[in-house]
Amino acid sequence: MELTTLWFLVIAGLWIGYFVLEGFDFGVGILLRVLGRDEPERRAVITTIGPVWDGNEVWLIVAGAMTFAAFPEWYATLFSAFYLPLFFILVALILRGVALEYRGKRDDLVWRSRMDTIIAVSSLVLPLLWGIAFANLVRGLPLDASHEFVGNLGTLLNPFALLGGVAFTALFVAHGAIFLSLKTTGDLRERANRFAAATGLAAAVLVVGFLAWAHLQYGTGASVVVAALAAAALVAGLVANRLAREGWAFLGTAVAVALGVVSLFVALFPNVMPSTLDPAWSLTVTNASSTPYTLKVLTVIAAIFLPLVMLYQGWTYWVFKKRVTVEPVVVS
Amino acid sequence: MDTLDLARWQFAITTVYHFFFVPVTLSLVAVTAGLQTAWYRTGKEKYLRLTKFYGKLFLINIAMGVVTGLVQEFQFGMNWSDYSRFVGDVFGAPLALEGLLAFFLESTFIGLWIFGWDRLPKKVHLACIWMVVLGTQLSAYFILAANSWMQNPVGFRYNAERGRAELTDIGAVLTNKVVLVTYPHTIFAAFMVGGAFVAAVALWHLIRRPGVDTGAFRTALRLGAVMLIVAGAGVALSGDQQGKVMTEVQPMKMAAAEALYESEKPASFSIFTVGTLDGSREIYSVKVPYLLSFLATGHFDGEVKGINNLQESYEKLYGPGSYKPNVPLTYWTFRLMIGVGMTAAGLAVLLLWATRKGRAPHRLLLWLAVPLPLLPLLANVFGWVFTETGRQPWLVFGLLPTSAGVSPGTTMSEVLISLIGFTALYGVLAVVEVKLMLKSIRAGLAGASPLPGDPPDDAPDDAAKPLSFAY
Ligand code: HDD
Ligand code: HEM
Ligand code: HEM
Repeated sequence: MELTTLWFLVIAGLWIGYFVLEGFDFGVGILLRVLGRDEPERRAVITTIGPVWDGNEVWLIVAGAMTFAAFPEWYATLFSAFYLPLFFILVALILRGVALEYRGKRDDLVWRSRMDTIIAVSSLVLPLLWGIAFANLVRGLPLDASHEFVGNLGTLLNPFALLGGVAFTALFVAHGAIFLSLKTTGDLRERANRFAAATGLAAAVLVVGFLAWAHLQYGTGASVVVAALAAAALVAGLVANRLAREGWAFLGTAVAVALGVVSLFVALFPNVMPSTLDPAWSLTVTNASSTPYTLKVLTVIAAIFLPLVMLYQGWTYWVFKKRVTVEPVVVS
Repeated sequence: MDTLDLARWQFAITTVYHFFFVPVTLSLVAVTAGLQTAWYRTGKEKYLRLTKFYGKLFLINIAMGVVTGLVQEFQFGMNWSDYSRFVGDVFGAPLALEGLLAFFLESTFIGLWIFGWDRLPKKVHLACIWMVVLGTQLSAYFILAANSWMQNPVGFRYNAERGRAELTDIGAVLTNKVVLVTYPHTIFAAFMVGGAFVAAVALWHLIRRPGVDTGAFRTALRLGAVMLIVAGAGVALSGDQQGKVMTEVQPMKMAAAEALYESEKPASFSIFTVGTLDGSREIYSVKVPYLLSFLATGHFDGEVKGINNLQESYEKLYGPGSYKPNVPLTYWTFRLMIGVGMTAAGLAVLLLWATRKGRAPHRLLLWLAVPLPLLPLLANVFGWVFTETGRQPWLVFGLLPTSAGVSPGTTMSEVLISLIGFTALYGVLAVVEVKLMLKSIRAGLAGASPLPGDPPDDAPDDAAKPLSFAY
């Protein structure tokens, strides 16, 4: 395989890691005030993602850094083209990170309730913006001959992209609700399960609708197949949730997120950023990439350390495998 | 003001802000790990309570370090896309190494450390905080290797056709002689901040809460003061090395640091200078003979090149244009870095003396509690402002002027929105973080909680009792 193709796959893999993992903690964040009715419950909800959300977010940082290293042109064009959406993404990530970390640092119910609102809103905004960004990536952007973006914010806010945003959000809400039913006990667990069941159909319709539009208009034969598998995994996960098979349900939504992302990358390949003005101006894995020497260096690094990372992150999930119970807390 | 100026201001503001938290993280995590090790070794409860106390302060700080670091990572592509295109092939590799080796390690093991107190065997739990220490050190090394490449590009070839630098030797990039001196200097400078912070917090408690946990805070005060002094010595020694390397690779920066217009042999170090307003000529100055020659070359009679001579030779090399950085800025930030930082080390000696042989610190010393940690922190900022503005007009020394690195497609209003947005947000967050810090500092050591030991074999299924400072 060409090194450039391999690195396209690695980048796709990092985004899969990001969306599968942070996907459920976005969902949990969105549902924090919906499913957690009082402080002890909300504290339990937050504790399900407490030990892992920061590690999940690093998948994004590494996806960014690896894109910079392996495809500098892609990184440069992507990040400057999505300037304002990325600015809002950064603001939301900052607020969310600080609220998650500072929530428990004060024994004060008003403080905690404020932090919870920030967590919920930022967790909602982020998948919306990521969905908009990824939909636009597949759809193509007005890039000129020197690969510079010549559109504006309006270009990015087209109906297809907006649907992408909503579909991402709905998928993560389902993913998060199922994660919560897998990680909690008692009443909270049942409520999470019922919530996923009640909203699952809507999520499935949005996701299938978006994937269908994406692949019928911008996809290839292969990407349609992957998207169909993603949809099937989502439906299977939702059915498993109805049957209260929480482990299988979570696997289902996780696979749906992963395959959904794969299908978008398959539709993109071998472009990394298609130009809507002239196909000759598109950025591709070839004209956006680093030199073979750099890619080789990166390959060695990734081959050693990526498995190691997965090993110790996996270990974290194993250490915290027990369900979180709702416990009375003493706060003023 | 144009897009370039705004982008420069934005980079300066967001990076300096990130670097308020970085030195504290780098040092406080090591202090926390050291204290926990002391507890593990000796079993003394004092160390456990100090671990939790300083550990909590560390956690409050690192949250800010992480979120401001995210902005750094994105901003190269957003504001400096042409720079990213130019350097990505070389610069990306250390950045990717940083993410893959350092950030994953830090973030994952911090989660394990916070939530693992009653989940993991003591030894494994202790190892977790040391993994975080390792992560922060790796992070610093790789990012400094990236920055050092901009100060002194090595291990690359220039591809004229694609107009970019291409990596030819990753080993050379990671062992750049600049990073070899910059890394120790930065780490020592960070430990000065941490030492000062630990000491100042303890000092406040000893004076304001006499009799409360006096033993523990005496230990902390003396530990912090010793750290500050030792790190201060390290900073001076490594800074001396750095000066020599800098003279070699960026002679203009050394000349600007000294406001030395004409080459001198031997050269004297000026402590204080009044120059003309445009900074092109000096009017009055206080000088130490031979010192600059020694700093720059290691010999008391070595020649140090002057700004005007360098300007001439650069014009021959790179074509017409000005190759002078902002001289008053580099001159003063260099002096302030040394002066302000070394003052902190001096104060640490005073604190050790004031608490000798079990003495309680005098009430008047309370006035030191706030400035003490701020001095080395400011010295860090001055040092960076010196380093980065002294490199101007180059973004990558000798290869890429700053004006050629900015994103061509990004509009003024976009940069303005994000500049105002980040500045406002950072301002609010600073207030929140400082308040939270002060509250936690005032709260003092947590009560004698039951000792978290090895988890019992039959731990109940709901063992998710988070630590007092989790959620
Ligand atoms: C507590 C902070 C602190 C203190 C007391 C000092 N420094 Fe420093 N210095 C830094 C913190 C710092 C820094 C912020 O960490 C910098 C910025 C970039 C770097 O590598 O370290 C720096 C940069 C820096 C540079 C520029 C390197 C370059 O641009 O390539 C030189 C030559 C020195 N220092 C030299 C010294 C000397 C001779 C010192 C005193 C005896 C000294 N520093 C004290
Ligand atoms: C180690 C990683 C770093 C990298 C890769 C880096 C890179 C850059 C870049 C790309 C710019 C913008 C272009 C320019 O103005 O030259 C810049 C400017 C600047 N940076 Fe750094 N920087 C680093 C660390 C720091 C730190 C830690 C600080 C301060 C605490 C700092 C302070 C500044 C300042 C003040 C400027 C503005 C200089 C000017 O425009 O005159 N930098 N740096
Ligand atoms: C301009 C260049 C820089 C970039 C792109 C950058 C990037 C980042 C990012 C993305 C994070 C968050 C990591 C996480 O989520 O765990 C971070 C944190 C960190 N950075 Fe930076 N950084 C820069 C400058 C620096 C410098 C100059 C140093 C040290 C000398 C440094 C040391 C650290 C450390 C120790 C952390 C972890 C702890 C903390 O954030 O307080 N960074 N940085």
